[in-house]
Amino acid sequence: MAEDLRRTALYDLHVARGARMVPFAGWAMPVHYPMGVLGEHLHCRAHAGLFDVSHMGQVLVRPRDGAIETAARALERLIPADVLGLAEGRQRYGLFTTETGGILDDLMFAHRGDHFLLVVNAACADRDIAHLRQLAEVEILPVSDRGLIALQGPEAAAVLAGLLPASAGMRFMDSRSLAWEGGELWISRSGYTGEDGFEISVPGARITEFAERLLDDPRVAPVGLGARDSLRLEAGMPLYGHDMDRDVTPAAAALGWSIPKLRRSGGARAGGFPGEAVILPELGHPSVLRRGLRPEGRAPIREGVEIFAEATAGAPVGTVSSGGFGPSVGGPVAMARLPAEIPDGTTLHAELRGRRLPVTVVPLPFITPSYKR
Amino acid sequence: MLKYTEDHEWLRADGDEIVVGITRHASEQLGDVVFIELPDTDREVAAGEEVVVIESVKAASDITAPVAGVITAVNADLADNPGVVNDDPMAAWFFRIRPAEGTELGDFMDEAAYQALIG
Repeated sequence: MAEDLRRTALYDLHVARGARMVPFAGWAMPVHYPMGVLGEHLHCRAHAGLFDVSHMGQVLVRPRDGAIETAARALERLIPADVLGLAEGRQRYGLFTTETGGILDDLMFAHRGDHFLLVVNAACADRDIAHLRQLAEVEILPVSDRGLIALQGPEAAAVLAGLLPASAGMRFMDSRSLAWEGGELWISRSGYTGEDGFEISVPGARITEFAERLLDDPRVAPVGLGARDSLRLEAGMPLYGHDMDRDVTPAAAALGWSIPKLRRSGGARAGGFPGEAVILPELGHPSVLRRGLRPEGRAPIREGVEIFAEATAGAPVGTVSSGGFGPSVGGPVAMARLPAEIPDGTTLHAELRGRRLPVTVVPLPFITPSYKR
Repeated sequence: MLKYTEDHEWLRADGDEIVVGITRHASEQLGDVVFIELPDTDREVAAGEEVVVIESVKAASDITAPVAGVITAVNADLADNPGVVNDDPMAAWFFRIRPAEGTELGDFMDEAAYQALIG
């Protein structure tokens, strides 16, 4: 592996636990441990999985005038979301949009009293930070001395409550600071697996100790990027750079739900973000849309595979943006951008190794999420 | 006696046929196998021709015919239980091939040479 890859504070822990390390967005990350992708995926759905997501960008946004509303209004110029209406201690999902109506990145933003905490994709972090710095009235502070752990799965809450009793009272998308043995943890009840769970920002100097304490619990297994991908795919969650990018609008990415009424045409704070002229008219009736696909048989249909309406001839109607084997589904699952007018239940055809295999258009997600609302 | 190819297949001579599978090293590199597409029997294949598709949770890969010949049988159980390739790769045979005349298994690696290859 190239020597210039960045290492998270948990690098030694991964290696000690037998992880296979791979380059990912400039970082050396574990793709799986000896349990394997399949085992890690199923363990997370049945018990709890611990993920190192320290490669993701954590960024603080502080208002220069000390008024949190200033920061909220500033962020609303880049994110078509209700930032101003977000209560303290709560988190939301949002998008940075481009002038042409595409998506620059997707992110989580949390109201933490006197500032916002943003979590952005690793590959986009530098670009996002430069993008945020056009906002004159806020200070943009990338967090470099903390790592990020996700603890996900039906037993995650019980495990975490053993270390942090106060975490038990958190609801889905709550965001809190909790003290742990002298360190301050920034915790949100959220994740990227379709399971209940937490994302926990930990001081870098303490993160190995914290992770080991969680892993001491037999209900917790470390989970690599391989299962992180299959878990989010089954949960119908899009991945930046695959299911959305600068050429995909929020509506086409099936992320229109993240744009609330008050930012839409006729709303109290309509528009005022990059690409609004393209994005707003398209909401509610996009011509193409991210859809779920269930291939017949067992062959995985992966990113880049073309989808056809006909079993033999014709031009493709779309392309798979994410796909693979869904261990909990017990078969292949995929997402593709397809004409919105094609009804659910329609049989289409995926061209794989020169043959067209039937696939059925299905609603997302492929599994029923179990968030603690 | 078992022989090995540089593509991490094991070959076992059985009468006038060769039984073909993949090594434990290969199965570990692939990760959990979730789908296997086997060739039709009676298919005539050239040496190096792709005959089996293996999909793991990570990626798709192929198994090629180690020699020219005719596919005489396939292990249909693998299609239903692809995980056997990870659990017991030396038992999980993929296909049997009757080599064209003049094929010598002696040209392939023995156990010691294969172990040296994978280090």
